[in-house]
Amino acid sequence: MADKYTFFLGCIAPLRYPGIEKATREVFKSLDVELVDLEGAGCCPAPGVIRSFDQTTWLALAARNLALAEKKGLDILTICNGCFGSLFDAAYILHEHPEKVKGVNKILKEVGLEYTGGKIKVRHFAHVLYKDVGIDKIKSKVMQPLDYKVAVHYGCHFAKPSKIKQLDDPERPTILDELVEAVGAKSVNYRDKGMCCGAGGGLRTRAPDVAMKMTEEKLSNVKKAGAKFIIDVCPFCHLQYDRTQKDIPGYDIPVIHLSQLYGLAFGLPKEYLGLEAHVVPVKL
Amino acid sequence: MANVKEPNPEFADQVIKAGGKSLNLCYQCGTCTASCPSGRQTAFRTRKLIRKAQLGLKEDILPSDDLWMCTTCYTCVERCPRMVDITDIIIILRNFAVKEGYMADSHKKTASNMMNTGHTIPLTDDYRNMRKKLGLSEQPPTVLGNPKALEDWKKIMKITGFDKLIGGK
Repeated sequence: MADKYTFFLGCIAPLRYPGIEKATREVFKSLDVELVDLEGAGCCPAPGVIRSFDQTTWLALAARNLALAEKKGLDILTICNGCFGSLFDAAYILHEHPEKVKGVNKILKEVGLEYTGGKIKVRHFAHVLYKDVGIDKIKSKVMQPLDYKVAVHYGCHFAKPSKIKQLDDPERPTILDELVEAVGAKSVNYRDKGMCCGAGGGLRTRAPDVAMKMTEEKLSNVKKAGAKFIIDVCPFCHLQYDRTQKDIPGYDIPVIHLSQLYGLAFGLPKEYLGLEAHVVPVKL
Repeated sequence: MANVKEPNPEFADQVIKAGGKSLNLCYQCGTCTASCPSGRQTAFRTRKLIRKAQLGLKEDILPSDDLWMCTTCYTCVERCPRMVDITDIIIILRNFAVKEGYMADSHKKTASNMMNTGHTIPLTDDYRNMRKKLGLSEQPPTVLGNPKALEDWKKIMKITGFDKLIGGK
């Protein structure tokens, strides 16, 4: 197991829910994993919007982020499905198409960088927790078991497309359920558990009403299952659930990123979790 | 037969060459449409979009709102019995649409934020203060507040022509 990663922040966590960034830093410290900043990294760039606009730009900017990590010689740790999706897909595309590596390197040369490929991996923090840190070690750090009924939301780009990700079953995943149950919570089953939150692909920006209808459908299923919290592994899904509920009468289900849940379970000071950034108040 | 549309194999070819190699594997079963969470809420029909792409119906596809109703959730891709890279094909079609000037203003704003600041959303004072209170650096250690990195960042988009593509802002 690697005990050191370079921490890719993305956009939504550091700029809208900084508690997710803080909680991640503290949780990994508790687990004896060092996170090194990836100075100068930018947007991943977003797989739904920026990639939809121009794949050449998307690939070049993603390759820049990857090249910065190569310079550090460290695998990338992401805390967002979007960042994970973009950087993982970009690394995969570059691996499969050597001619595209040539193309991006022509561009990167202009900014003094080069992407080699094969040196570093792109990881999702939940997968690192599950696979590398392990459930046993996580259990050993729990100071305050969280005996809640929760609804986990995997999001789309965690395990899909499974052809390239190969992390978990794309439609019946279990990693996240096991990760929340490791800290004492009960992961409830609910209808369309694997469905999208509605935000992705540029929908939240371009067609917020449609995105909201999808979110409402998920929320209604979560509510029927009697979950107290929604647990996510993506700040964009997090934002969609958290900010959309104020516009949908009858919903006030707190939304918690897995890093924040672990922060609570590990007994970290509550002020480390930045819960005041949440629109739906998190009452524990 | 005024409603019969002329196929445009040239455009279909362009889609295939841009990475949509699996386009013609589709046999129109409709599993994609049945699996689409966005299609439950909208008139977007994945199967139809793929059929139009096979026929190269460029004028139908590129200006349409439907093209932008996909959240890129990949459910259709997981279930497709012909292993068509549906999401990739939709992204290719969107790239063509943007190239032809079909881009929502809200998307232009996201793109220009990304280009000018390094992030899709701005850092405001509220969040600066929140970061400080959490013991984090006021600005994250990213392109933000790193002039050299931001210069490189923008340079890449000058080279790829992204600045012109989104309206030169």
